[in-house]
Amino acid sequence: MKLHNISLNNLKRRKAKMAFLTIGLTVGIATIVTLVTLTRSMSSDIERKMDEFGANILVTPQSNGLAMNYGGISLGGVTFDQKEILEADLARIKTITNHKNISTVSPKVLGGIRIGAHDVLLVGVNFASEIKLKQWWKVFGNLPETASEILLGSDASKILNLNPGEDLMIKGEKFKVAGVLDQTGSQDDTLVFAALPKAQKLLGKEGRITLAEVAALCSGCPIGDMVTQIAEKLPDAKVSAIQQVVEGRLKALDQFKRFSWAMAAVVVFIGSLIVFVTMMGSVNERTVEIGVFRAIGFRKSHIMRIILLEAAIVSLLAGCLGYAFGMGGAKLALPFMAESSGAHLVWDVTIAFGSVGLALTLGLMASIYPAMHASRMDPTEALRAL
Amino acid sequence: MALIEIKNLKKHYASGEDTVEALRGVDIRIEAGEFITIMGQSGSGKSTLLSVLGGMNHPTEGDVEMAGVNLYRLPGEKLADFRAQRLGFVFQAFHLIQYLTALENVMLPLAIVKMKNAEKRSAASAALERVGLGAKLDRLPNQLSGGEQERVAIARAIVNNPEILLADEPTGNLDSRTSEEVMALLSELNRGGQTVVMVTHNPDNCRYADRSIVLRDGLIVEK
Ligand SMILES: Nc1ncnc2c1ncn2[C@@H]1O[C@H](COP(=O)(O)OP(=O)(O)OP(=O)(O)O)[C@@H](O)[C@H]1O
Ligand SMILES: [Mg+2]
Repeated sequence: MKLHNISLNNLKRRKAKMAFLTIGLTVGIATIVTLVTLTRSMSSDIERKMDEFGANILVTPQSNGLAMNYGGISLGGVTFDQKEILEADLARIKTITNHKNISTVSPKVLGGIRIGAHDVLLVGVNFASEIKLKQWWKVFGNLPETASEILLGSDASKILNLNPGEDLMIKGEKFKVAGVLDQTGSQDDTLVFAALPKAQKLLGKEGRITLAEVAALCSGCPIGDMVTQIAEKLPDAKVSAIQQVVEGRLKALDQFKRFSWAMAAVVVFIGSLIVFVTMMGSVNERTVEIGVFRAIGFRKSHIMRIILLEAAIVSLLAGCLGYAFGMGGAKLALPFMAESSGAHLVWDVTIAFGSVGLALTLGLMASIYPAMHASRMDPTEALRAL
Repeated sequence: MALIEIKNLKKHYASGEDTVEALRGVDIRIEAGEFITIMGQSGSGKSTLLSVLGGMNHPTEGDVEMAGVNLYRLPGEKLADFRAQRLGFVFQAFHLIQYLTALENVMLPLAIVKMKNAEKRSAASAALERVGLGAKLDRLPNQLSGGEQERVAIARAIVNNPEILLADEPTGNLDSRTSEEVMALLSELNRGGQTVVMVTHNPDNCRYADRSIVLRDGLIVEK
C-alpha cells in the first residue's frame, strides 16, 4: 500500500466520473492534434506542389502604362507606349550563373485580334516549351504542328463555335483548329494560341515578345538569386517571381492556422474547466475520506500527491487517446482540406510527445487548486457529526 | 511525568454571530497505560476534547503536552507526523474507505511509511488477527457487519503501534453484545500497554476503565 494505490483505487471506483474527465480531455487534445497535423500536412502539401511546378519567374516589359492582367499576374501594361522585349535578348537568360536550374523558357506575344464578330486575345507561344510549363493542359485534338494551326481555350472554342479540325479566318489568312483545351479554370480558357512567329506577324510585333515565363527546376533553388541574375542580363525588363499560385493557398493556410490557434485556445480553456470542475467535485465528495487521511497522519503534501497523481493518470491516458484520435481525425479530414489527392499525413513524434505533455500540463495545472483545497480541509470539520 | 497533560484548555467555536464555548478550562493528566473513559451529555464537549487531544483541533487557549511534546507548538507538518507515529484514532462512524478492502484500510496508515509492501501486509493482517478478523481480510467495508467494521477501524488505529489510542464512541452504533466484544478488545489492547482514551455514552463501559471523566458544558465535573 502506497499513496499511488489509493489514487488508483479511487480512479477504479469512480469509473464513470473519470471516464467523463478522460473523454473531455481526450476530445480537447484530439482537436488540437487534428488541427496541428492538418496545418502541417497542408503546408507540406503546398511546399511539395511548389517544387513540382517549379517556381516560375516572369519576365515582363518595364512599363509606365496601365496594368494588364494575365492569370492574376500583373503584366506590364499592354498599352500604346508598350515597350517590348526583343526575342533575341531572351537567349541571354540561358547565360546566368544558375542557368542549370532553368528548365524551360517560354516566350509569349500577346495582342487583341478580331475573329469573325469577336475580339479575342491572341497568344503566340512556343508550343513545345509551353506544354512543358503547363503540364495540366489536356488537349482535345492535337497540339498545333504547323504555323497555320491554332489551339483554342475551351471558352474561346465555345464562343467562336469552333471544334478541332474546323477552319477559320484570321486577318484574311486561313487557319485550322488543331485542338481545344479542356477547361483549366484559368485565363487560358479564353485565349487563342498560335505559334509564336505567326502570332508576331499577325500582331505586327515581329522579333518582339510581350513576356516570358521561366520555369526553374528546383526544390529549394535560389529563386531570388535567379531573379536578380536575369534582371542583370535584361536591364529593360521587369523580372519577378510568380508565387501567387501558392501564395493564395499559403494565405488561406495562414488563416486556417490562426483559426486553429484560436480553436486550440478555446479547447484548452474548456478542457481546463472540465478538469477543474470534475476534480473540485471529486474532492468535495471525498471530504470525509480526506479527513480520515489527515486524522491518521497524512501530511498536506500527501493529500496533494494523491489528488495530483489521479489527475496525472487521467491526463496521461487522455493524452495518448487524444493523440490517437487526433491523428485519425486528421487522416479523415485531410482529403477534404488539401488540394491534391496525394497529400500525405505528417507523422511527427514531437506532436505525440507534445499532446501527452500538453494533457499532463493541463490536467495538473487545473488540479492544483482542487488538490490544495483538499489538503487544507480540516479533519475535525470533515469528521464531525458523521 | 504524565503521558498526557492538559492545563486550562479552552476551545471556542465561532457559530454565526456567537461563539460556542465547547471547552471552558479543562485540566487532565493521564499516565501511560491508563484506560480512561470520557462521559457527558450530548454537546458537553467530549468529541472536542478528544480531537484536541488527537492533535487535529487547535485549542483556543491552553496547551496539550503529550509524551513531552507540546503538540500545538509543533511546526507545520510535524503535527501530522506525530499523529501518524504516536496516535491511533477510532471514529464512531468507523470512517472506513469504502473502496478499499479491510486489509487495505488497515494498511492505510502505513502508506506514508517507508516499509516493504510485504511487511505492511503482514503488519496489517496481524492487526486484523488481533481484532479477530483474520479470515476477512479481503472484504470490502460494505460486506462487513457494524461490529466487524468497528474492529477494522480499531485494527487501523493500532497497526502502527501507537502509544495512545483515542476512540470516539466506538460502541455507539453497536448492539450490546457487540459492544461488549469491542470493549473487551480495547481492554485487552490496554493490558498490552496501550493508553486508551475513550468517549462513551454508556455507563456500563466504565467498568473497563481505570478512571472516568465526566464533562458538563465544557467543564470537568467528576474525575
Ligand atoms: N466545528 C464546530 N463549530 C461550531 N460549533 C461546534 C463545532 N464542533 C462542536 N461544536 C459545538 O461545541 C459543543 C460541543 O460539541 P462536541 O461535539 O464536542 O459535543 P459532544 O460531547 O461530543 O456531543 P455528542 O455526545 O452529541 O457527540 C456543541 O455545542 C457543538 O454544537
Ligand atoms: Mg461527540
